[in-house]
Amino acid sequence: MRERAPILEVRQLKTHIKTANGIVKAVDGVDFTIYEGETVGIVGESGCGKSMTSLSVMGLLPKPMAYIESGHIHFAGRDLTQLSEKEMRKLRGNDISMIFQEPMTSLNPVFTIGQQLSEPLKQHTRLNKKEIRNAVISMLQSVGIPRAEQIIDEYPHQLSGGMRQRVMISLAMLCQPKLLIADEPTTALDVTIQAQILELMKAIKATTNMAMMLITHDLGVVAEMCDRVMVMYAGQVVESADVRTIFNRPTHPYTQGLLASMPTANERKGELSSIPGSVPRPDEIPPGCAFAPRCSIATDRCRQERPVLQAYENQWTRCWHPISKPSEVTHAT
Amino acid sequence: MLPEPLLEIKQLKKYYEIKKGWFQPMQQVRAVDDVTFTVYKGETFGLVGESGCGKSTTGRAILRLQEHTSGEIRFAGRDISGLPYTEMRQLRRKMQMVFQDPYASLNPKKTILQILTEPLRVHGLYAPEERVQKAIEMLEIVGLSEYHLHSYPHEFSGGQRQRIGIARAVILQPELIIADEPVSALDVSIQSQVINLLLQLQRDFHLTYIFISHDLGVVRHMTDRVGVMYLGKLVEQAKTEELFRSPKHPYTRALLSAVPIRHPDEKKERVVLKGDVPSPLNPPEGCHFHPRCPDCMQICKTEKPPVVEVGDHVVACHLYATENR
Ligand SMILES: Nc1ncnc2c1ncn2[C@@H]1O[C@H](COP(=O)(O)OP(=O)(O)OP(=O)(O)O)[C@@H](O)[C@H]1O
Ligand SMILES: Nc1ncnc2c1ncn2[C@@H]1O[C@H](COP(=O)(O)OP(=O)(O)OP(=O)(O)O)[C@@H](O)[C@H]1O
Ligand code: SF4
Ligand code: SF4
Ligand SMILES: [Mg+2]
Ligand SMILES: [Mg+2]
Repeated sequence: MRERAPILEVRQLKTHIKTANGIVKAVDGVDFTIYEGETVGIVGESGCGKSMTSLSVMGLLPKPMAYIESGHIHFAGRDLTQLSEKEMRKLRGNDISMIFQEPMTSLNPVFTIGQQLSEPLKQHTRLNKKEIRNAVISMLQSVGIPRAEQIIDEYPHQLSGGMRQRVMISLAMLCQPKLLIADEPTTALDVTIQAQILELMKAIKATTNMAMMLITHDLGVVAEMCDRVMVMYAGQVVESADVRTIFNRPTHPYTQGLLASMPTANERKGELSSIPGSVPRPDEIPPGCAFAPRCSIATDRCRQERPVLQAYENQWTRCWHPISKPSEVTHAT
Repeated sequence: MLPEPLLEIKQLKKYYEIKKGWFQPMQQVRAVDDVTFTVYKGETFGLVGESGCGKSTTGRAILRLQEHTSGEIRFAGRDISGLPYTEMRQLRRKMQMVFQDPYASLNPKKTILQILTEPLRVHGLYAPEERVQKAIEMLEIVGLSEYHLHSYPHEFSGGQRQRIGIARAVILQPELIIADEPVSALDVSIQSQVINLLLQLQRDFHLTYIFISHDLGVVRHMTDRVGVMYLGKLVEQAKTEELFRSPKHPYTRALLSAVPIRHPDEKKERVVLKGDVPSPLNPPEGCHFHPRCPDCMQICKTEKPPVVEVGDHVVACHLYATENR
């Protein structure tokens, strides 16, 4: 593969949240790099810090409760943690865009689709009114919205969930961002609509050099969309590698457990392989390895000393006893 | 041994009457529209389909948690569709439901002990002190313990709450459990624990399940037979392996092909459907699926498809009508 330039570099990011019960370390020292044109998946179970990571990058943390405690976010040569709100606003919707699970949270119910889609073009381009309208219509058409000339004058609630997500995607794509952050973009959609949206996102990827950070808990969506994968657990990256390595040769016991518990990786009607216990609450995270209470191969060292993220051939893993042998995870057909 | 039917549903319909605006006439939502299927003792029958296709309404109508518009519901040979309220209430001991949302389905003001013993009390089963014993036994079966008896639902994780919801259903030793998306709200690692629990309980207590889910991976793993719904209609029924191996109805084919691949190297032929699921308020004429169907024929636009047997499948589609074959 051709050498690609890094577009986003996150270094030792720590994002904390003040709550009634004390500080929650939602993101606890996360490092990663996204190169131009690639899609990086972030997977992990509820509460592991996926959304907080992406909101930190976007500068959209719920303030003042949540804040970046330390670390750097380099994007196109600038450290985003140092930018003013005004500078961040200029970056959003221009160089970086975001789409969320529930499009209604980011579409304004009182403005028409056309009004909302025109806004970024008014702000970031010099197009006139007529040109903007045409640009919006062709953008809606390109994401597969039928009757775009009419839809442009309708309100979000008049559209179905799948159509709203398409509008969100066209809103995100309008200014041809360098990086698109998609937080569970298809989780709320039906599977046939999800397939439509994933095909659309693949088509966009194929025709642009846009990088994508795709947050999901669905390993199938990862297999389908991603070039590289980061697995998060309790606010930290526990493993990262290219997508085939993650599926063929996971080295972290948590990644292995996740893959093995997919129903399709198990014999029909048989007992599913599963990870005991549940994800720890922020105040329950043990001092050593956060996964130790659920890990079948945990040792005393694991319980005392927090593992560091180490390079292991072509993958990174945060584990004292990484599993080196190729996994037995097979996929029934 | 011939399988023994436990539940026979014939031409079940549930229509909702709704008013769109003050001066508008009443309109009908055909949430469940002429659905027929049989569930045999000891099996798991899956109901799948996309949001709004009528899965939950079917489940609730079977338990008569909601009155149906017409049709027959036979449980253990007896037509229960017209049973008076009090008799139906007694019968619920044999037919229980597990819901999707473990947060909403448990009363937050009650302890686990109260939640688990209440169904026993309502049905007058066991002496009070025996009920406590039963509750403890049940907690252990679902992987919790006596230690949790006096806790409240908010003190549990999502997966634990779902275990409590399951314990509450199973404590009555029912014959049939209708589980409506029981694992959809759970994380992957917890989902597999709860699926294992359901499979184990089925073996230990000879339960029959109707398993409602939109997750086709889970349905494939759990069920023996599957019914696929689209806009209130059952469009295909078959044994699970058979359905996944060789789907017959064009909608089933599209639905299965839409499931994401399981491994980055898997190649998949995808039938990408056009458009959205239409509203059940004004479902399309003829075959409800025709505006999105890649195999649509002239007849599909005007005439309801016949229900035909194709091998071991039961399919509602003109493609398989004898005159078109
Ligand atoms: N508004 C908030 N107040 C307090 N804690 C919060 C808040 N939002 C998030 N957290 C905590 O921060 C941690 C990370 O949350 P985050 O939303 O990033 O998780 P996630 O990985 O996106 O999960 P999900 O898959 O459920 O979306 C969690 O422990 C969560 O409880
Ligand atoms: N109380 C009600 N009044 C009017 N319409 C209703 C009512 N309850 C359900 N419906 C409609 O009936 C149809 C079937 O709904 P149902 O909840 O059974 O679908 P479902 O298959 O369970 O969907 P989901 O996967 O989203 O749970 C939907 O179109 C729904 O909008
Ligand atoms: S560090 Fe130890 S406890 Fe943690 S995942 Fe590795 S083996 Fe398991
Ligand atoms: S009846 Fe016609 S439109 Fe309906 S599924 Fe069959 S071929 Fe398609
Ligand atoms: Mg999130
Ligand atoms: Mg439902």
